Amino acid sequence: MQKILFAAVLLTASLYAQEAAGNAENGKRIFMRNGCFECHGTVGQGTIAGARIGPPPLNAQGVIRYVRRPAGQMPAFTEKVMSDQELTDVYAYLKTIPPPKPAKDIPLLNDLLAK
Amino acid sequence: MAKKIPVGRRGFLKGAAGAAAGAAALVANTPAARAQSAERSATPLPSAALAAAETTSPAPRADVYTTDRPGADFMVDVIKSLNFDYVCANPGSSFRGLHESLVNYGGNKAPEFLTCCHEESSVAMAHGYFKIEGKPLMVMAHGTVGLQHASMAIYNAYADRVPVYIVLGNIQDINYRRGDVEWAHSVQDAAAMVRDFTKWDDNPVSLSHFAESSVRAYKIAMTPPYEPVVLVADAVLQEEPMSDADRRSARIPKLTMSAPPAGDSGAVAEAAKWLVAAENPVIVAGRSARTPKGIGLLVELAETLQAPVQDRHFRMNFPSLHPLNGGSIANADVVLGLEVQDFWMATHTQTPINRMGMAARPITKPGAKLITIYSGDLYGKSNYQDFGRYAEVDLSIAADAEATLPALIEACKKLITPDRKRAMKERGAKLADASRAARERDIEQAAYGWDASPISTARVTMELWNQIKKEDWSLVSDANPFFSGWPLKLWDFQKHYQYLGEHGAYGIGYGAPAAVGAALANRKYGRLTVNIQCDGDLNYAPSVLWTAAHHRIPLLTIMHNNRAYHQEAMYLSDMAARANRSVQTFGVGSAINDPNIDYATMAKAYGMYGKGPITDPNDLGPAIKQAIEVVKRGEPALIDVVTQPR
Repeated sequence: MQKILFAAVLLTASLYAQEAAGNAENGKRIFMRNGCFECHGTVGQGTIAGARIGPPPLNAQGVIRYVRRPAGQMPAFTEKVMSDQELTDVYAYLKTIPPPKPAKDIPLLNDLLAK
Repeated sequence: MAKKIPVGRRGFLKGAAGAAAGAAALVANTPAARAQSAERSATPLPSAALAAAETTSPAPRADVYTTDRPGADFMVDVIKSLNFDYVCANPGSSFRGLHESLVNYGGNKAPEFLTCCHEESSVAMAHGYFKIEGKPLMVMAHGTVGLQHASMAIYNAYADRVPVYIVLGNIQDINYRRGDVEWAHSVQDAAAMVRDFTKWDDNPVSLSHFAESSVRAYKIAMTPPYEPVVLVADAVLQEEPMSDADRRSARIPKLTMSAPPAGDSGAVAEAAKWLVAAENPVIVAGRSARTPKGIGLLVELAETLQAPVQDRHFRMNFPSLHPLNGGSIANADVVLGLEVQDFWMATHTQTPINRMGMAARPITKPGAKLITIYSGDLYGKSNYQDFGRYAEVDLSIAADAEATLPALIEACKKLITPDRKRAMKERGAKLADASRAARERDIEQAAYGWDASPISTARVTMELWNQIKKEDWSLVSDANPFFSGWPLKLWDFQKHYQYLGEHGAYGIGYGAPAAVGAALANRKYGRLTVNIQCDGDLNYAPSVLWTAAHHRIPLLTIMHNNRAYHQEAMYLSDMAARANRSVQTFGVGSAINDPNIDYATMAKAYGMYGKGPITDPNDLGPAIKQAIEVVKRGEPALIDVVTQPR
């Protein structure tokens, strides 16, 4: 049990370290320069062509794993195309995107919910 | 009173030779002559020829070319019998006789001439007009260069099952062609170039022939499946006086429209049996609603069966907020396709573009029964492949869906027992819950990127909805996929004119002119016409904005200015990632920036209201409100909105 707990702490610490290592400013630059925004939108809001990723639904490792072996329409980006560090930076950028207000707090959308 | 002397075109040519000497005097104003004169003194004296031309009477002409009855007048009688509201064209010498007769003899009414600046615009305007009004427009073009310009738009109409009535000018007889222009504008078989994607054509050699073929062409175009047709109006027939024989015998045949083909009664009964017995039937609608009546029929069928409807949005088939809008083909035990051109695509999944190889598999479960009612089975051509992949189905009814639905609904109602009715009611309640939940998810998703700049397409959709929801509105542009389908997810679509579907063949350049044509049809009903306009599409032939301004066609255009051909940008990224190369080059050849195009200024240049570029989402609502005031005055208005890619 102690071993499992220790492993979990290590894993969390490791993920935290990876997430903290990301440079959000550089990540935003990469996100735009590499065309991630084409399918996902400039603030990762998602479009008909790409999933919502801002804020990210996965942790950094999960994002990297997915980008290497995606499902659906997304192309696979190998390390040759985008390094782990670049993806970590992109993840850091996506983490800076705040969740939106609930629809009920946006009058134009609340108007739809009310009907 | 001077006697009118009918004189043929050949006679006129003799007279024209006498005028050549006078014309020579004008040579002094050619660019070459002007260049020569620039080398001389600043104030040259007029040449002797010019002085003579200005001071003496012109030489008398050998004869006079007049007629009280050019053939084109009779052509106009024929055209008027077909009750076209408008004719879309830019002027062309090969149909100048018909042009003049339409305006002076025909009074420029029914049809009224709409001045276009590109033949592609003419056809696409007719395309959009039909989808609102259900009536074809006439389009005129040169049989050669004009038709070449028009061809892509004709293919769009063909693939979208829209009739367009195209009249081509041509000079068939070589003896009547003057100079190299008329030779270059003449063709042996004018309609050949578009025969692969038109339903019928003819090249009449007499006015009687023209009359019969005109009526036949209309009837063929308007018998489902609707398609464009082409008729050649020979220039000599147009311009020469109507012959004595034609004056005596030419008549306009009676037009009797064919009733659309309804499905075989035995096949309809079998389909009803399967649908009523099904646990999870799904209806897939392509162009099911051929007329406004089609929406009500589809609602009645869906409610009778409590079956969900997957609307593929090639027409306004089904109300967007209806609780039965949705469903899943994967869970279906019976799938009914109504006028679904791409039924195979609707029932299969394929390897994405960026993966290696190609595999496809059905998304229906094993044993699911597939039924199609499709008028495309009654007619087809082989070269252009818009027909899609062969669909393996269990029951294929070659018929018009809308014409078949009354019998199918009736047959279903007769088979529904109280037990089945109870089961259907429970199914309907579950579907309504699922539909409501999906809508709530859509609304929550719309909040993401709400304050972003470039402005999110969801935000544009809602700012627009807020301004039009209390109006009698008509969205005439494609919303899916370029606008992420947001209007279809968030707005309340109910009426046939509120959504028109797509291009047909995905030929870009359709959007702006089709919107102008649709707005023209909406004008007499006082509807507020809205066009969400892709920037790449507008740049094919933006001059249609001038046509809208010139003819006072009220239309609100909201630019979806994402400054790129974004579909292609995404493809380039796909290809680069697939090849393990830099994905940073996606904008090369696909971006429309540097410089950015100022669409508000473009609109103003064409004589209409323009505002923008708008980059702050908070500025959008007031801008739309202001533009709607302009549109309500009967004018077109454009707002340039800098948007997210999708």
